Amino acid sequence: MSSPPSDARTLTYGQALLEAARQEMARDAGVFIMGLGVDDAKGMYGTTANLHKEFGADRCFDTPLAEDAMTGVAIGAALAGMRPIHVHQRMDFLLLCMNQLVNMAAKSSYMFSGAVSVPLVVRAIIGRSWGQGAQHSQAFHSYFMHVPGLKIFAPTTPYDAKGAMIAAIRDPNPVVFMEHRMLYSFKGIVPEAAYEVPFGRARLLTHGKHVTIVAVSYMVAEALRAKHLLEEVGIEAEVIDPVSLAPLDIDTIVTSVSRTGRLLVVDTSWLTCGFSGEILALALERLGGKQAFQAKRMGYAPTPCPTTKPLENVFYPNARTIALAAHAMVKGEGASWKIEVQEPREIAEFKGPF
Amino acid sequence: MKNNDPSISADTIARFYKQIRRIRRVEETVIDLYPTDKIKSPVHLSIGQESVSVAVCEALRPTDVVFGTYRGHALYLAKYGDMKAMMAELYGKADGCARGKAGSMHLVDMKVGMMGTSAIVATSISQAAGYAFALKQRKSDAIVACFYGEGAMDEGAWHETMNFAALKKLPVLFVCENNGYAIYSSVKDRMSSVNICARSESYGIPAARIENGDTRKLYAKVQSDAAAIRAGSGPRVIEAMTCRWRDHVGPGEDRVHRYRPDAELNAWIAADEMKKLGELLPATKRAEIDRDVEAELAAAITFAEQSPYPEDREIYDHVFAAE
Ligand SMILES: Cc1ncc(C[n+]2csc(CCOP(=O)(O)OP(=O)(O)O)c2C)c(N)n1
Repeated sequence: MSSPPSDARTLTYGQALLEAARQEMARDAGVFIMGLGVDDAKGMYGTTANLHKEFGADRCFDTPLAEDAMTGVAIGAALAGMRPIHVHQRMDFLLLCMNQLVNMAAKSSYMFSGAVSVPLVVRAIIGRSWGQGAQHSQAFHSYFMHVPGLKIFAPTTPYDAKGAMIAAIRDPNPVVFMEHRMLYSFKGIVPEAAYEVPFGRARLLTHGKHVTIVAVSYMVAEALRAKHLLEEVGIEAEVIDPVSLAPLDIDTIVTSVSRTGRLLVVDTSWLTCGFSGEILALALERLGGKQAFQAKRMGYAPTPCPTTKPLENVFYPNARTIALAAHAMVKGEGASWKIEVQEPREIAEFKGPF
Repeated sequence: MKNNDPSISADTIARFYKQIRRIRRVEETVIDLYPTDKIKSPVHLSIGQESVSVAVCEALRPTDVVFGTYRGHALYLAKYGDMKAMMAELYGKADGCARGKAGSMHLVDMKVGMMGTSAIVATSISQAAGYAFALKQRKSDAIVACFYGEGAMDEGAWHETMNFAALKKLPVLFVCENNGYAIYSSVKDRMSSVNICARSESYGIPAARIENGDTRKLYAKVQSDAAAIRAGSGPRVIEAMTCRWRDHVGPGEDRVHRYRPDAELNAWIAADEMKKLGELLPATKRAEIDRDVEAELAAAITFAEQSPYPEDREIYDHVFAAE
């Protein structure tokens, strides 16, 4: 797959998203952005900063607080051949868009046998920490993965953020584009020219022979930290970032598991009926009967997200708990391993207020 | 300044002042504490908007029930929610009103009829109607007051609820706190015509606007509306004009974002209801109230500081309700 060329320019995840939108808006007059606060001074964490000035108020505009109807408006514009990007400050608000997304956008092409298409991007930001609490921290990719006709991106690096955004905008289908609040400050090499990161291709981030770790969105960062911890005790982890959750590149995952014999899936959501179970089921269907493998899932505790920090620490998987889980898989449940891990910088330094 | 409204007693004025003062001082303390990181929670301050919650709650009965929003400190305190439990909740401590699991955005105190607040805009409005429906079915003489920002009126749920509440003549008072902005977006940029009362009336619900966050006018209006609602009139809407002095979220100044004219904010600050009401009181009375408020506040902070954090295993409590 395409990997970053030796272009030394570095952008943050947020800047990469802004650049993708700017380039696509310049290329295609049909691309426009709508959503609460996209044209305010904060510009959605900088990802839409000043686009209303550059492209005009018709192409980057604030909306009333009306997620359900605005989703219909975006779909209507897409049916007319425009390419709307509908932005939501938290993924939690997508629950208000479900009817339009699931009953309409996802099915339009199919119901009308290809007579229409809905080239829509729905950006959704997952919140975390500083007391985001039960209603500002949820990630609903599993709900959307369930529905045929929706594509889902969850890029982790600035490179993938830009390329996936461009691919999502150009795609003729509705795409749910997941961003994690904690990723915005991450830096990485991002080529200036426009490029697409394809749907349905996972990234094998590290090679290792003992355990395959598949992680979603921000959990990729924690999985990579876990990988370094595991190295200290001689365990080599193969970390996979699916990037595109639908369509999903199960081949890369299964090939890795067939080598390592162990599959640990770390989600940024709950486990039951979720992404993690889906990965295990797909791997079992592919490898079952041919090769046995160990499997484990990690994700949110099976509770709503509590606000208080000590309980929030229990709620989320982290580098330490991921490393311990992988260690137990490789060395056996009884094997003891004492590790201390500092809270990651992006979490420790995050002081809200929102 | 003189109290020109003879129907409002000196004691009532003192209560208004004390309640607004309690809210103001709690929130000023939150601002002071914030840099210590002891309050690790988004805070949506009500400073400047206190008079709305206070006037409405003073005109309600203790047995009446209120629904509010994430900007809920004022309503919680105005309905006589436990200040200690609120501070402990902001600190994320086990003695908080939700044992630290909810934070500033989701305050609750069922003992005083303060329903838990939601951080999803407009979600409480239809629930308030549902609660009012239950009160009516049970022939209770309690009523519901439902607070929301004008931003919530953009949501379909608002329109759908107005229709149902009017259709079923539900005992609910809707209080639209019109502070003119949803985050940094002006009501003028979100409503085709800014006609909050007319919109409400189009559903057959009598509506009235009260200007300037006027505590006494609001109080008098709620008294008469509440009496009508209790007598079976069905819902009423009050549009309470008010102003959020601070940033939408967090302890910061609002001016720095430069999305609204300074003069607009200055005019509201100059017309501070707390100051106006305070001036109606004898200086000794005011000083006594101020002392009481400081003592209550100091006790609440000490309580929050000393409360332990919840234990890890508590994360699993209350996912389901107990029998
Ligand atoms: C359904 C939903 N959409 C968007 C948001 C993000 N949001 C939080 S507060 C807010 C502004 C609400 O304004 P208003 O209802 O007037 O209340 P105020 O904050 O002024 O008190 C927005 C858009 C949300 N919490 N819920």
